[in-house]
Amino acid sequence: MTTSAEVHFVRTHFNEQSPPPMRTSGIVHWLQENLFSSVLNSVVTLLILFGLYKIVPGLVDTLILNAVWVANDSKACVADIVGHPVGVCWGFVAAHWDYFVFGQYPETLRWRPELFFALEVIGLAWLLVQRIPRKDLGMIYFFIVFPIVGFCLLSGSETLGIPTVQTHYWGGFLVSIVIGTVGIVVSVPLGILLALGRRSHMPVARSSSVVMIEFIRGVPLITVLFMANVMFPLFVPEGWRPDSLLRVLVGVALFFSAYMAETVRGGLQAIPRGQYEAAQALGLGYWQMMIKIILPQALKIVIPGIVNNFIGLLKDTTLVAIVNIFDFLKVIEASLNDPVWRTSGMPFAGYLFAAIVYFILCYGMARYSMSVERRLATDNRH
Amino acid sequence: MSVVNGGRPSEAKVVFYNDPRIRSLFFQLVLLALIVALFWFAYDNTVANLKKRNIAQGFGFWNVEAGFDISQTLISYSAASSYGRAFWVGLLNTLLVSGVSIVLATILGVLIGILRLSKNWLIANLATVYVEIFRNVPLLLILYFWYRGVLGLLPEPRNSIIFPGHILLNTRGLLTPRPVLGDDFIYPFIAFVVLVLGSIGLAWWAGRVQERTGIRPKTGWLSFGLIVIVPSLIFIVMGAPLSFDIPVQGRFNASGGMSLAPEFVSMVIGLTTYTAAFIAENVRAGILAVSKGQTEASQSLGLSHAQTIRLVIMPQALRVIVPLLNSEYLSLTKNSSLGVSIGYPDLVSVFTGTVLNQTGQAVEMVSVTMLVYLTLSLLTSAFMNWFNRRVALVER
Repeated sequence: MTTSAEVHFVRTHFNEQSPPPMRTSGIVHWLQENLFSSVLNSVVTLLILFGLYKIVPGLVDTLILNAVWVANDSKACVADIVGHPVGVCWGFVAAHWDYFVFGQYPETLRWRPELFFALEVIGLAWLLVQRIPRKDLGMIYFFIVFPIVGFCLLSGSETLGIPTVQTHYWGGFLVSIVIGTVGIVVSVPLGILLALGRRSHMPVARSSSVVMIEFIRGVPLITVLFMANVMFPLFVPEGWRPDSLLRVLVGVALFFSAYMAETVRGGLQAIPRGQYEAAQALGLGYWQMMIKIILPQALKIVIPGIVNNFIGLLKDTTLVAIVNIFDFLKVIEASLNDPVWRTSGMPFAGYLFAAIVYFILCYGMARYSMSVERRLATDNRH
Repeated sequence: MSVVNGGRPSEAKVVFYNDPRIRSLFFQLVLLALIVALFWFAYDNTVANLKKRNIAQGFGFWNVEAGFDISQTLISYSAASSYGRAFWVGLLNTLLVSGVSIVLATILGVLIGILRLSKNWLIANLATVYVEIFRNVPLLLILYFWYRGVLGLLPEPRNSIIFPGHILLNTRGLLTPRPVLGDDFIYPFIAFVVLVLGSIGLAWWAGRVQERTGIRPKTGWLSFGLIVIVPSLIFIVMGAPLSFDIPVQGRFNASGGMSLAPEFVSMVIGLTTYTAAFIAENVRAGILAVSKGQTEASQSLGLSHAQTIRLVIMPQALRVIVPLLNSEYLSLTKNSSLGVSIGYPDLVSVFTGTVLNQTGQAVEMVSVTMLVYLTLSLLTSAFMNWFNRRVALVER
């Protein structure tokens, strides 16, 4: 019990209330907080705004307002001939659009690559959009049915009565997508096998997986492509003469399998030991345990990693241009060498266009991978 | 239950093909046989193919005269030099462009990574835009963009763009004044090295004193004075034994000075701008990984903002950043092989390109090139692992 004598201090009057903060919300508060929080910040903000004021209108002029949208040859894009300042020559891209997309694929047969693109989009959507059910069927479609149908579509097949189109007619965006697709379709299963091999208890399986993974990850893709291009024909009997696109596909697929393996290994390591032990206690064999218990959980965790690998794969498909495959970048280069289009500003337009296309694809995938990461983060919250 | 005879399960008879050990042995033998068969197949065909195409084998070409020129050489090289010499030229060019780009990319990347965390909305978002653009565009395209798109628009030598400090920029590349060292330059240089070492010693002594007494002697200005002022005084007393060879703009070409080939400049700019975006993300991730409580705790201990960053945030952030940086440096070194696409004479371009075309010995060229990159990767990893151990958390 406390008596009043023990209480040392009792407040008898209140302080005056402080005034409320000037602004805690609204645009002025936001500006104060984010742009003008201190003198230094205000100066920096003003400097940047001044810089943007100087740069952005010029950029808009060059890219949109003064840009040439329709052109038959480079003359339409030369300021001295047209008589007014000229921005980027988008007409160059417009004039070559079909060539950029299909390369020299015969014009009458272009419905085939178009159908291929459509089938690819269906497969990707099936696997990646969460709302679409039956992912198992989607896997079978994308990794087994689609590659076979796609190959028959693009290359043709005599037995099915579809006229053949040699791979040296393929080109442009089509080839980039084909390389990317083959890279995905091969590197995911092969990467899973390598990852399982690396974590296996069998010394031969483990050491051969480790050597292959570390070797490939230690060398640049371009040397692997050179190897595929100049050494692969030596490795097989002389009569085989592997197709130049096929050689590159083998190189790209092997290269990305090693990276995929490391991503998948990360997922396998994240699965608690109890899952393995529970599966074994149920009497499941190795493959049953992996396919039914471990891999479904491990792959789910590493979806963002796999998508990030795809981004790298898509960006790196451009390297095949160095070994003379007519991919998206190489056809743009080839068009730049066309005498009708040879002026100094043209490379800028061509490469900028390619950059925008790659940016849209890669940035889209990156956003997707981030959204998956966020979803997985909430899944694990109890 | 199946245990009828009361025997322990471990004694249960298993048919030999269900014994896990025998199964494992069998699978491994099959795998081994497959690998050996694959290698034998490749080896056999290669020997046959090489014989049929009359291609020499072995490394006899190493001392043969190369007969081609290389545009950028760090060691003396001419068309009369051997293929082996060309190999070293290419390797040094690879190391040069990787080394310069690693330093620049780290500086730019750390800067942008910190700017992304700025409280200023404009700065943070501009940094984000930079990172997103450069991360999501192929490196090859960035190289082409700088080399053909931007440097291709540069003026002829007679209309060179002139920067302050006698730096010229034209289609031939970047020309800067070349320092010409006088004979007496060695003295201020020696003084500089000695005083830098002295300052390190001074800092070590200050640390000892701080550990003993809790008060750190102020040595900053003393070190600064020793390192900057003393060598400068010696330099002036010696009569400034340093002059510059200034590039002069000519009608068709510029002469004098030190020139950096446009290929080299494009490679450095391309690799730097591309890798900096990835490094920025790593730095940001590392700093964000340090919990806010650490900052608050250090502030409540009375540490200043700069001390908080230097003594509390950075040591912890580095633990996250260093392993990530390691892989960025590795991929930068490997990416320098893209020099072949714009004609920068790196290892791949010289060896897997020109030498391979001349000799046709694909197996030797590609193997040597791959081995070099493997060695570089291992060395970089080893160095970064050593550095990582230094910054890693020391647990009891």
